[in-house]
Parts: sequence; structure tokens; C-alpha cells
Amino acid sequence: METLEQIKARIEAAAPGARVEIVPNGSPANQPSLLLDAGHARAVAQFLRDDPALAFDYASNATGVDWPGKTIKEKIKVKKMVEGVEKEVEEVCEKKTPAYLEAVYHLYSMARKHGPLILRLRTANRADQVSLPSLTPVWRSCEFQEREIFDLYGIHFEGHPDLRRILMWPEFKDYPMRKDYVEPDDYEYEPTPHDAVLTRAREHYPGGTPA
Amino acid sequence: MSAGAISSELAEPAAEHQLLEVSLGPQHPSTHGVFRMDVSLDGEVVVKLKPVFGYLHRNHEKIAEKCSYLGSIPYTDRLDYICSLTNNWAYAMTVEKLAGLVAPERAEYIRVMLSELTRLINHSALAGFLLQDMGALGTPLMYAFREREKILDLFESLTGARMMCNYMRFGGCRCDLPPGWIEQTRSLVANFPSFLDEFEALLTGNEILLARTEGVGVLSKELAVNAGVTGPMLRATGVNYDIRKVDAYGVYGRFSFRVPLGERGDVFDRYMIRILEMRESLKILEQALRDIPAGPIIDPKAKLRNLRPKPGEAYGRIEGPKGELGFYLISDGGPNPYRYRIRPPSLINLTILEDMCLGQTIADAVVILGSVDIVLGEVDR
Repeated sequence: METLEQIKARIEAAAPGARVEIVPNGSPANQPSLLLDAGHARAVAQFLRDDPALAFDYASNATGVDWPGKTIKEKIKVKKMVEGVEKEVEEVCEKKTPAYLEAVYHLYSMARKHGPLILRLRTANRADQVSLPSLTPVWRSCEFQEREIFDLYGIHFEGHPDLRRILMWPEFKDYPMRKDYVEPDDYEYEPTPHDAVLTRAREHYPGGTPA
Repeated sequence: MSAGAISSELAEPAAEHQLLEVSLGPQHPSTHGVFRMDVSLDGEVVVKLKPVFGYLHRNHEKIAEKCSYLGSIPYTDRLDYICSLTNNWAYAMTVEKLAGLVAPERAEYIRVMLSELTRLINHSALAGFLLQDMGALGTPLMYAFREREKILDLFESLTGARMMCNYMRFGGCRCDLPPGWIEQTRSLVANFPSFLDEFEALLTGNEILLARTEGVGVLSKELAVNAGVTGPMLRATGVNYDIRKVDAYGVYGRFSFRVPLGERGDVFDRYMIRILEMRESLKILEQALRDIPAGPIIDPKAKLRNLRPKPGEAYGRIEGPKGELGFYLISDGGPNPYRYRIRPPSLINLTILEDMCLGQTIADAVVILGSVDIVLGEVDR
């Protein structure tokens, strides 16, 4: 297989305007990945599949990752006037790393028997701009996996033929795999007549019910 | 009223074109667990089929993200509960990649043997279930399960459990082979071909089996590759892609075995590929039993408890009995994985279930589903 730098150069030549960035991987596995911009992702995917030397005809794995963004506290030394004298004072300044959802694709070539090539796509944020282009038209194997990402992470895949919840039920509201998901206290909660009794009891003993 | 008006009136309701919607499952013996298919039927012919999942969903991935690396190993047993040992291996291998551990040679041999025994279990059980779906109630399944029991006994003597083995660890295996295990396995391997011969004499040439499987559920090469179908399903279409050969992970590079390929990609090919793969597995087992070296079974550097790999990510995959079983782990340097993803072969092989079933009868759809070989513990996770 060509090196990641070569593939990056080939992509940039084949899809003008595409921004490609190599994301390093710190683990001994040494599997760095390519970060694509969402606008050109479909064209790049098409190129990776159809180029005879690369021939990534098989998208093995597609998954989502949630990066909620952290606030990092840094201590910076600042010069300040303290009681009329200039002094160096340590100040804590907070930095926020960007929050986004990520879709990761692992590509292999069955024709040439090489791989993996790892693609990453990132949404603009985690709240309202969560759409990414679907790669299902290029690799059919992403169909259920992108549905799963939509279901569990809430990334909206544009151009997906059948984007519905797959593991959770259709009425379910939240995205359970996000890091800030809060489990309900009781999955099968239903108000019962007993609730009314409890409320009355609470009103009757404002200081808490006697044991 | 003219004659023309009457005929147009008669043609209008068109009762024979009304589609019948059937919800097949989730509680149905042919769905291999709690799996549902929303099927639209035109007479007996399937015109639409949408699989519905999630009845067994417990968000395994979220649980694992709250567990330590070691704590997830017993959970991986419950994915594809027929093949717990291959699940163990895929996970252990990915953590090894992530943390830079190397399993000793003896452990790798044990892993190969256990995963080939698992393949025997899976394929023989599948062949039995497939026949059951075709209406051969009981007998073939019991023949297959008889052999499965013998292998489960071996698992029990080694790991202490028959199905939920929880045996492999990153960096090696949990305990060494008990005395006599190699000899018992050798005699099982020597006797297994006679079971296969018996099974095949009973079934492979059987007229009813041929009628129910030949030309049914044909899958083309191009679609299979594009849809990410892996394992025996893929090789039945004639694509030569076996991860044991392509990646040669573990010590698979040292064994000589062939990869059986199908020609037409129908249900019969899928059945036959599995029978042939069992014979190849036996060859690997013979070689592994002959060559297994002495030595330690776990990397002394492997820190099982409180493992904190460096920040980074790894994707590891093995050729599971059902197809490519992959794990994708991201570490943020903490004691539990930041992201833990399973690439389930059963789920992804179902992507093209509708394509295979369209135009077939509902009875064939059941057989086609049986030939995909799904386990719902893995599909729903």
C-alpha cells in the first residue's frame, strides 16, 4: 500500500479543493488516519474505491466517536500591578477544546489485499450542526452501521437511503452512546395512583416522612 | 351497460395484487433468536423485507466504556455466544495492538487451536440449524450437537466453562492446558472426519436439500464485496478473502490450509463452504497439535489489572467463524477505553438480506436467513 502521505497527495490531486489532514496515532498500533472535510468526503470516497492502485472496495467498519470538548485549565504567569508594584502573578486561564462528533471508517481492499485506511469525518459541533455526508452510496456496508451511528450518536447522514433508528425504538429521544447521556432512573416509570398518595404524604410531613 | 364497462369494473379491485404484510418474528423458531423481519408478500413471493433489530440490545459498547480493559473480556463472551473464544481473541488482540503487548508462542498456538475448535462448533451447529430451517426437524441438529458437546467438554476441561469461556487475556491466555488435553483433542480431531462423512452422506446429496438450496438466495460477487459481507458468505460467492491468509495474524502464517471457494453464491454453496472449512480447520488443528511449543502462556509484561495504554487507537480483526470480527478501541490514557466498538459480522452480513430474498418465496427467505448465520447477541449487542 502507498504511504499515507502519498495517498493524501493523490486525493488532493484527484479532488481539487479537498482538505485532507493526517491525524497521528499515539499507540503502538501505528494506525494513523486521514481527516477529510465533509464537503468533499463523498468524492474522495468514490476516488478511493475506484482508483485501480488503491481499490478500497471494502469498508469494513464505520463507527462514531463523541468528543464533548474539554475545558483545560492552564496556569499562565502574568505581570500585574499589585499594590503599586509590578509583580508576576500566576493566573488560571481556561481553554476549551472543540466539541464535535466523529465518524470513523476503516477501509480495506479485497482486490489488492491491503489496508486499513482510516477515514475520519467531523461534524461542526455536537448540538445543531451534526450532519455529515453518507458514504452508503459508495459502500453499501455502511448502511446499517451509519444507521447505528445515527441511532446512538445522533449524526445525521445526508444521502443515506433509509436513516432510521436501528437498535433503539423509534420513539426514543436521546443518543445513548454520547458521553453526556444520562440514564433514566427508571426505565419503566409510569405514574400510578400510589404517586398521589406519596405526594399527599410529603405535603403532610413537610420535614420529611417519619420513618 | 356495455360489456366493456363490466370488464373494467371487474379489473378494478385486483385482489391478486394486494400485498400481505407479515411480521416474521421476533418470537419465531426460524429467526435464530429475537429478530424480526417486516415482510411484504405478493402471494408467496417476497417483495419487501426489512429486518428489525434491537430486541437484545443492551448497549454492550457503553458498558465496556465504563469497564476496565480486563473487565470487558467476560462481556465479549456474550456477543456471539456460540463462539465465545474467537470473540475473546479478537478483543485480546486489539488490546495487544493498543498497548504494544506480544503473546508468547505457546499462547498463540493455543488460541489457534481453540479458534479452530470454535469454528468446528459454529459450522456444525449452523449446518444443523440450516437443515432445521428446511424442515429436517431435529435429526441433523442433534447429530451436529453431539459433536459440539465433545468440543464443549474440551473447553470445559481447559477453561472451566462450556460456553462463556472467558479464557484469553491480552498478552496470552489465562491458564495452561491441563494434562491430557492435547491427547483428547488429537483423538477428537481424528474422529471428526467420520462425523463429517456421515453428515454428508446423509445430507449433501439429498434431493430435498438440493431442491431447497440450489439457486436460492443468490448473491453476486460485486454486491457481496460492496456490502461488506465477510466470512463463508463472501467466499461462497467466489471472492478469495480469508483474514487468516490476508493478515496471517497470530501464527496462521505457519499452517498450510486451503480456502474453499464457492461458484454461484447460493445457499447450497454457503452450506458446502462450511463443510469444507471444517475439513480445513481439522488440518490446521492437526498441525497445531503437532507443533505446539512449550513455554510461558502469558507475556510477563502484560499488566492485566489497571492497564492504562498510551492515548491512541487500534483496530484489530480476526476471521471469526461468521466473518470479520473487529474491535476498535480508543484509549485516552485512562483505565477504561474511551471508545470501544465491535464490528459485528452477523449484523453487516444482514445488510443484503433483502436483496437475496426479493423474488423468492417466504419459505426460501427462512432458509436464506439460516444460511447467513446470525447470532442475535452479536447483531444487537
